[in-house]
Amino acid sequence: MSEYAYDEKTVTGFIVSAIGWGVVGILVGLWISVQLWAPSWNIPPYFTYGRLRTVHVNALAFGLGLGAIFGLFYYIVMRLTRRPLVLPKLARFHLHFFNVAIALAALSLFAGMNQTLEYAELEWPLDIVVVAIWVIFAINIFATIIKRREEQMYVSLWYVLATVIAVAILYIVENLAVPAGLFKSYSLFAGVNSANVQWWYAHNAVGFVFTTPILAMFYYFLPKSTGLPIYSHRLSIVAFWSLVFGYLWTGAHHLVYTPLPDWIQTVGIAFSLFLIAPSWGSVVNGYYTVGGAWDRMRTHYLTKFFILGITFYGLQTVQGPTQAVRVVSSLIHYTDWVPGHVHMGTMGWVTMVVTAAIYYAVPKIYNTRIYSEKIANTHFWLVLVGQLVFSVTMWITGIQQGAMWKAATPEGTLTYTFVEGLAKNYPYWQMRTAAGVVFTVGMLFFIYNVAMTMRRGSLVPAKA
Amino acid sequence: MAGAIYRKPIVFSIVAALVILAGTLATMFIPMFTAAMHPRLANLKPYTALQLAGKDVYQQEGCNNCHTQTVRPLRTEVMRYGEYSKAGEFANDRPFLWGSKRTGPDLARIGGKYPDAWHVKHFNDPRSLTAQSNMPAYGWLAGRTLDPGAMRTRMRVNGFPYTEQEIGALAGRSELDALVAYVQAVGAAVKGAAPAAAVAPAEAANPLAGSAAAVAEGLALYETHCLFCHGFGGCGDIGTSLIGCSASDPETYTIIAEGYEGEMPGYADQLTSRQIWSIVTYMRSLAPAGEAGEKGESR
Repeated sequence: MSEYAYDEKTVTGFIVSAIGWGVVGILVGLWISVQLWAPSWNIPPYFTYGRLRTVHVNALAFGLGLGAIFGLFYYIVMRLTRRPLVLPKLARFHLHFFNVAIALAALSLFAGMNQTLEYAELEWPLDIVVVAIWVIFAINIFATIIKRREEQMYVSLWYVLATVIAVAILYIVENLAVPAGLFKSYSLFAGVNSANVQWWYAHNAVGFVFTTPILAMFYYFLPKSTGLPIYSHRLSIVAFWSLVFGYLWTGAHHLVYTPLPDWIQTVGIAFSLFLIAPSWGSVVNGYYTVGGAWDRMRTHYLTKFFILGITFYGLQTVQGPTQAVRVVSSLIHYTDWVPGHVHMGTMGWVTMVVTAAIYYAVPKIYNTRIYSEKIANTHFWLVLVGQLVFSVTMWITGIQQGAMWKAATPEGTLTYTFVEGLAKNYPYWQMRTAAGVVFTVGMLFFIYNVAMTMRRGSLVPAKA
Repeated sequence: MAGAIYRKPIVFSIVAALVILAGTLATMFIPMFTAAMHPRLANLKPYTALQLAGKDVYQQEGCNNCHTQTVRPLRTEVMRYGEYSKAGEFANDRPFLWGSKRTGPDLARIGGKYPDAWHVKHFNDPRSLTAQSNMPAYGWLAGRTLDPGAMRTRMRVNGFPYTEQEIGALAGRSELDALVAYVQAVGAAVKGAAPAAAVAPAEAANPLAGSAAAVAEGLALYETHCLFCHGFGGCGDIGTSLIGCSASDPETYTIIAEGYEGEMPGYADQLTSRQIWSIVTYMRSLAPAGEAGEKGESR
């Protein structure tokens, strides 16, 4: 098995790929943030906002997000099962296949091949590729867990299995379409029904790409990096089952006040409020794990990444259900409040935990220590400040937009034209670009730190 | 032995899948087989080949990233955009194009609101409508021609009726032509609601007539709402020239408030009666002396 003992090359291959796609996604993000206040930055046909925004979302959700999930899931699964992957060569193929697919995905989106389903923009040939990639991944994960050398499955493995199952169901159903040529298809679902399928999918893509996999990492890497056991096993059980049960009911909160039947909207809102409980189950578990040993925030540099990450998860999972409520939705839906919300989740929760997990895993794989804790701390503060400024400015301008859209004169006419509301966004959008630059610089510190750690260490096979 | 499940990955996976499927079945899968999820307005027409090509361009360019196509049943929203969206309007959209963000305005009621020439001018240079717009220009779509063969396949896949003549007529048409045709078809199945505010003036004559302050206010409002179509100083462009307009003051008021179907939107819900009178007063300041207030054809 030598090279494949713990198959670290595949893990690091995914980590490096994820970082690479992350750079692409973040730079495109900066670009589109400028386009919003400086339209001359649109360069047709390939680099207009309408095309680049999908590239930004896909590069980060699938390039960075899935890349990190594949790599770190292999890492976690091998350790929690105490064995190498059952099919290491398939995993290596998975890595190369993944990178080719993401590159093709980016090119197709630049070219305007877009199903216009959010988080499922890719046209049907690439959908088939994505499903193939997922099946390859699932085979290795299931086979390795079934042939494990540790009887009990730890919490992280539950989240791993739930992720593998849920994403498969979601992605296949969402993308059912009739091809009309190689680069164009029409959805199997139409109108109101397609809206319902879309937000069932998209909200749970958030649930099973940005939530359950990150919780799998959190439950594994928090105890590892702090040396503290998870506070409550029972709480983990309750939180897990109620989360994976509740999530699937909530998609319609994206369709409040649309022509979707009211009862589906109301069920979606009710379950969104319910979801606060399991989400906070994990938040409380995280806090109490470190509770009583808060000095580790200072002494163990990774602890603050995980604690701030779970804090943003906690804020996200209260803000989200609040937005689902009709009266709040009527004010903030369709405004910049929502990108503010999304980026707290992605830049605060997901990126915080994923980068910390990589900081933990890379030195282990390379048999060394982190290159510089000081650089890691600089990275931490820059991404924290960048993300907070980003989100807070978007919340402010979102409320302002929503209020201006609703404003009426005493005579009963509209107070503001649409463009008057738009123009008020510009200073906030400029501030958002500045915040994005700060965040990006923080991520560059992270990349430098990881690269130097890899250079310093050596990839000798770990003892299986 | 509930704890045993954490030692049996296959059993665990089956149980997890069932738990995940509960909400999926209840809110997505089962409703799919009810009539409520497949409504269709009686007067909803299938897209023509040119309109479908335009819808494809709308998707290709990711217009849905900035524009929604669903008007919520909220008072100010109906005033701003028009009648709230009905479930039966979207049966021809695979998938729906409601969007989730309004960086630009909602488009559910854009069809028929302006003449084609308005859209062409706007796509060419959005900032000629308003300097503060951040929409990318799309005039370059005029240089990209449609593929009739591909459109035949696409019409067939959608199950829309078409004739070979109609497909043949696409040759030489541009993506911009198609996009304009599509935009004009959006929301066509629902008749626009009458404005909430009265379209006829309460006053028999312009209460601001002759006021210099009203001319100044009217000019500012004119530049925001009217300039794009009626040109500087009312000289006319997409819209008619307003210089020496022969309509009476109350008639002019009603035209501004009510608009003309397919040619000019009404402004009753956007402008107060004082603001409309100010625009009328400004228009009168453009008219050659002696003609103001003269009765005659309104257009």
